[in-house]
Amino acid sequence: MLDPVTHSDRDLGREEVKNTTCYMCACRCGIRVTLRDGDVRHIEGNPEHPHNKGVICAKGASGIMKQYSPARLTKPLLRKKNAVRGEADFEEISWDRAFQIMEERLSHLRETDPKKFALFTGRDQMQALTGMFAKQFGTPNYSAHGGFCSVNMAAGLIYTIGGSFWEFGGPDLDRSKLFVMIGTAEDHDSNPMKIHLSKFKRNGGRFISINPVRTGYSAIADEWVPIKPGTDGALLLAINHEIIKQGLYDREFLTQYSNAAELVVNDPASDDFGLFHRVEMHIEEGCFDPENKIWWDREIGPIGTHTPGADPLLLGEFELPDENIRVKPAFQLLKDRIDEYTPEWAQAITGIPADTIRRLAHEMGVTARDQRIELPIAWEDCWGNKHNSVKGNPVSFHAMRGLAAHSNGFQTIRALGILMTLLGTIDTPGGFRHKAPFPRPIPPCPKPPKGPEDVQPMTPLNGMPLGWPADPDDLFVDDEGEPVRIDKAFSWEHPLSVHGLMHNVITNAWRGDPYKIDTLLLFMANMAWNSSMNTEKVREMLSDKDEDGEYKIPFIIVCDAFQSETVAYADLVLPDTTYLERHDAMSLLDRPISQFSGPVDSVRIPVVAPKGECKPFQEVLVEMGGRLGLPAFVNEDGSRKYRDYPDLITNFETAPGSGIGFLSGWRGKDGTKSMKGEPNPRQWEMYAKHNCLFHYELPKSYQYMRNWNKGYLEWARAHGMTRYAEPITLHLYSEVLQKFRLAAQGKRQGKQPPDRLRKRVDTYFDPLPFYYQPIEDRLIDTHKYPLHALTQRPMAMYHSWDSQNAWLRQIHLYNYMFINPKTADAGGYGDGDWIWVESPHGKVRCMCRLSNAVEPGTVWTWNAIGKASGAWGLSDNANESQKGFLLNHLISEELPPCEAGSHISNSDPITGQAAWFDVRVRIYKADDSEPKVTYPQFKPMRKVPGQDSKRGKWQAYFAGMLGRKKAGFGEKSK
Amino acid sequence: MTQLALVIDLNVCVGCHACVTSCKEWNTSGWAGPMVDHNPYDADPNGTFFNRVQTFEVGEYPATETVHFPKSCLHCEDPPCVPVCPTGASYKREDNGVVLVDYDKCIGCKYCSWSCPYGVRELDEQEKVMKKCTLCIDRITDKSKPESERKPACVLACPTSARLFGDVHDPDSEVSLAIREEGGYQLMPEWGTNPANHYLPRRKTRIKIHEDELQRVDNPLHEEEREETVSVGASIDDVAF
Repeated sequence: MLDPVTHSDRDLGREEVKNTTCYMCACRCGIRVTLRDGDVRHIEGNPEHPHNKGVICAKGASGIMKQYSPARLTKPLLRKKNAVRGEADFEEISWDRAFQIMEERLSHLRETDPKKFALFTGRDQMQALTGMFAKQFGTPNYSAHGGFCSVNMAAGLIYTIGGSFWEFGGPDLDRSKLFVMIGTAEDHDSNPMKIHLSKFKRNGGRFISINPVRTGYSAIADEWVPIKPGTDGALLLAINHEIIKQGLYDREFLTQYSNAAELVVNDPASDDFGLFHRVEMHIEEGCFDPENKIWWDREIGPIGTHTPGADPLLLGEFELPDENIRVKPAFQLLKDRIDEYTPEWAQAITGIPADTIRRLAHEMGVTARDQRIELPIAWEDCWGNKHNSVKGNPVSFHAMRGLAAHSNGFQTIRALGILMTLLGTIDTPGGFRHKAPFPRPIPPCPKPPKGPEDVQPMTPLNGMPLGWPADPDDLFVDDEGEPVRIDKAFSWEHPLSVHGLMHNVITNAWRGDPYKIDTLLLFMANMAWNSSMNTEKVREMLSDKDEDGEYKIPFIIVCDAFQSETVAYADLVLPDTTYLERHDAMSLLDRPISQFSGPVDSVRIPVVAPKGECKPFQEVLVEMGGRLGLPAFVNEDGSRKYRDYPDLITNFETAPGSGIGFLSGWRGKDGTKSMKGEPNPRQWEMYAKHNCLFHYELPKSYQYMRNWNKGYLEWARAHGMTRYAEPITLHLYSEVLQKFRLAAQGKRQGKQPPDRLRKRVDTYFDPLPFYYQPIEDRLIDTHKYPLHALTQRPMAMYHSWDSQNAWLRQIHLYNYMFINPKTADAGGYGDGDWIWVESPHGKVRCMCRLSNAVEPGTVWTWNAIGKASGAWGLSDNANESQKGFLLNHLISEELPPCEAGSHISNSDPITGQAAWFDVRVRIYKADDSEPKVTYPQFKPMRKVPGQDSKRGKWQAYFAGMLGRKKAGFGEKSK
Repeated sequence: MTQLALVIDLNVCVGCHACVTSCKEWNTSGWAGPMVDHNPYDADPNGTFFNRVQTFEVGEYPATETVHFPKSCLHCEDPPCVPVCPTGASYKREDNGVVLVDYDKCIGCKYCSWSCPYGVRELDEQEKVMKKCTLCIDRITDKSKPESERKPACVLACPTSARLFGDVHDPDSEVSLAIREEGGYQLMPEWGTNPANHYLPRRKTRIKIHEDELQRVDNPLHEEEREETVSVGASIDDVAF
């Protein structure tokens, strides 16, 4: 071999280096792709990217194997005549034919009943475009996957603090001293969290992890506090109890920045019971939470909020003079509520000793109070007070699906938002910090349509397909109060379902409840496998026929890059590109990669040509928008407006002349403007030159306290980020929820819930956080099913995407059920044994792995490793299908029949968040005579036309083979 | 003499496997490549990895520690794999201490893998040659790369920067400093291999709350006490002569 020191890697072929954005998970790190003779040689983190600063994760570094995966679809496919859905028996067709088929079908639906077209997407990162397409088409039946992912986390915090974790905001670990991670699995988020967690620990910060399972991030926690699933709300309420009891809250912060001191009508007989007492004053037109409320001043009594010199009381009960109205400050109501939530009470529920709960509260409260940071940054608040410094209480949190994926998740997350508020840590150094466009008003401005009349043929939807209800009149229901959307989002069943309920679409469409649809278009969502609850039945529904022999869901279009389980159920398959083959805009209109320091948006720019006939889904939408004549996609004369997706990104404006488009950087004719400005024909070039991103760095004085920062809010309004510059008061007490409750109690004019749902809405729409046992627990026999079953996502894989990846599948080839040895001992099975895991809804057979890193009442497994035989380009006998399994078979998408109805979604009753983690199971040993394969098994899925033929026994990837041979090394020369 | 090595900080390693695949990605198309995979899309895939992460648990619930332990060739100062090699394929570089294999000389006899107490050598079953971590020799010596990038792929990739790289013989290097100050240790020193790679142990941060920190005069609950106008009735002042 040549001496490696004597040559350079770049001599081995024609080298090119291109920047783009990763998509091996949803983090969107900057990557630098090196090509050798056109092959992908190396993908590394872009050192100049603010998100990942040069690092890359296991998935990102395995992008080559995704690019060259044998699971890739390469041709449009049509289910063969007479072939049965689910059999994956397809013929190749041209794109022209595919477009014709869609045009014919969809134009008819648009002319007759647009809601019969349903568009649901996975984690697509382009909801700004897919949502716009749905709205323009006129169908309300659109959402992405948020309903079954983490909508509770988004909604619970946005309805409380005007922002949330991950893309919306996060812990400021650069300055934090105590960091508490609760209910977070191995990612969400990935590299940014890892970078900051490491720095935080090296700076001497203390890291506590509260989780039923100790893996991943929890492994390096200074303390692991195991907790029973679904009980986080009880823990957080008890911590809040102790914080208030000990006076460890930040009184100044609460008074000025939350509604703690605002007076709430406390007369149960009043129609305004539980609403803020509001007075006559000028209010900003359309502003949902105006400042016309009052405090109780120590000396003067009732006084307008933020009156200069006022000294409001947080506790007490008062009677407004002349009006005979009894009022209490919101903080008093919170304290009244929380009085009963003692650490001893929480111990019995959570399994965490009361002393530990108290200590956690003391650590948080004392660190927040005594280690206060003061940064010499001058800023001015909304009320004209000038501050010489920004103060921060350095305690921060991060939470995700562990809290969210329960039917009590919304109220749990409210309790977390309230804890963060009590500690005075919202948008402060060392605490939680927002990322643009957050903070947004509570709730944000977009609203769903109001009723069936908002859905009309040949007309864009009147309202946004997804929005933020502020009161019952914002619900999307008919005159009887029944849902208009196929997933029943924004109905009384789940009023604040701000991300939709994708997990119920197939079941509802199959049943025809509330109506039948015609065409279901699924983009990048594996609904016939790991993205559905009750997977086996959902697969049956997808191919179920009515009495006339017609499919109950008449037409299914699937757009994906890979031969997923769902592809088998398509009538029409559209081959998508990989992330290395396409343009993408990660827009401020969707969920950008903003940093604490200011808005950031970013792009993907193709580094290799699409394989075969792959076409980016965006191009499909632009083409269809033109063909169907959707107003935003055509000129006045009906001709197609945009050449292609890049052209749309460059030239689209939210309204003619608004200057706001998908991308905020290098706007204006010559690229000198940002945020707002005319379209710039060279915008893509500018992004390409600047690491594929635009970062607007705010002045320091606009980087903190943004809910109430006059300068920032005015800047945000001037630059089209928010509609108002009004302060965003933290909702310790949620008047929004109370309005729904009053409607349920019949005390409010306007939209009313159907009678069967009154009690449900009355119960759960509590303006103060409370703990309740997950709903399903109360409808099944928990003695028969004593264990909680969870999934975690491994850091080296993202959803179902990576079992087709030759390198990543060697890291997680199949999954065990992890079980505490005490639990296994009691059940009579041991490490490596085959076991049955049974829930009230189904059972799976899998293998047991003993682990001391899980609390004894919980069993867990890796998410989405298990595959259906033959799918994802793997052989029929691949370990993923023979030894891997899916927990989803045990989880129902609907609750057992109950007072609220016989087909109520198994979700949070407020947001419709899928309650994956509520499932209860029992476990017993499989008989020795049983086959040593997982159950259930399905008939192997066949390969589809256009997929690479079977790969050989050996794979020896070497980019640019010719170069290697020329160089004469690296290959044994025998 | 220079001795390049990795120092791996177990205090921040979250077991994400970035080092595992970034290594494979760089090296499969580099000097030490390809890194083959057997049955890449079939049952029981098994490929060559120069670097693997082992995860294990220590202690009984609830006092459980989960440890992620990345492991690759430790580039021993006295590597047992070198003298056992019958063909001279296995060698230690004099200029930087990196232990390498010359595939042209390797006959795949596996003596080296038997002699390695750490189990870090990987036989390429297709080419029948022994392969192992090279510390990305073709990156770290490539003068055409900027100095900031002349590091092993795993070091550049590591999201928690748990992997430090440098000369352990230079007392002022980042790695020597870390070993000295953070309790760096070698694996199985009793074997006398004097591994150049070191590990940094887990360290715990605790907060001590003193009783008096919960009893403060500035407790905000006091601010809620309202001053009532109290009627005191008669006083001495009213009645005293």
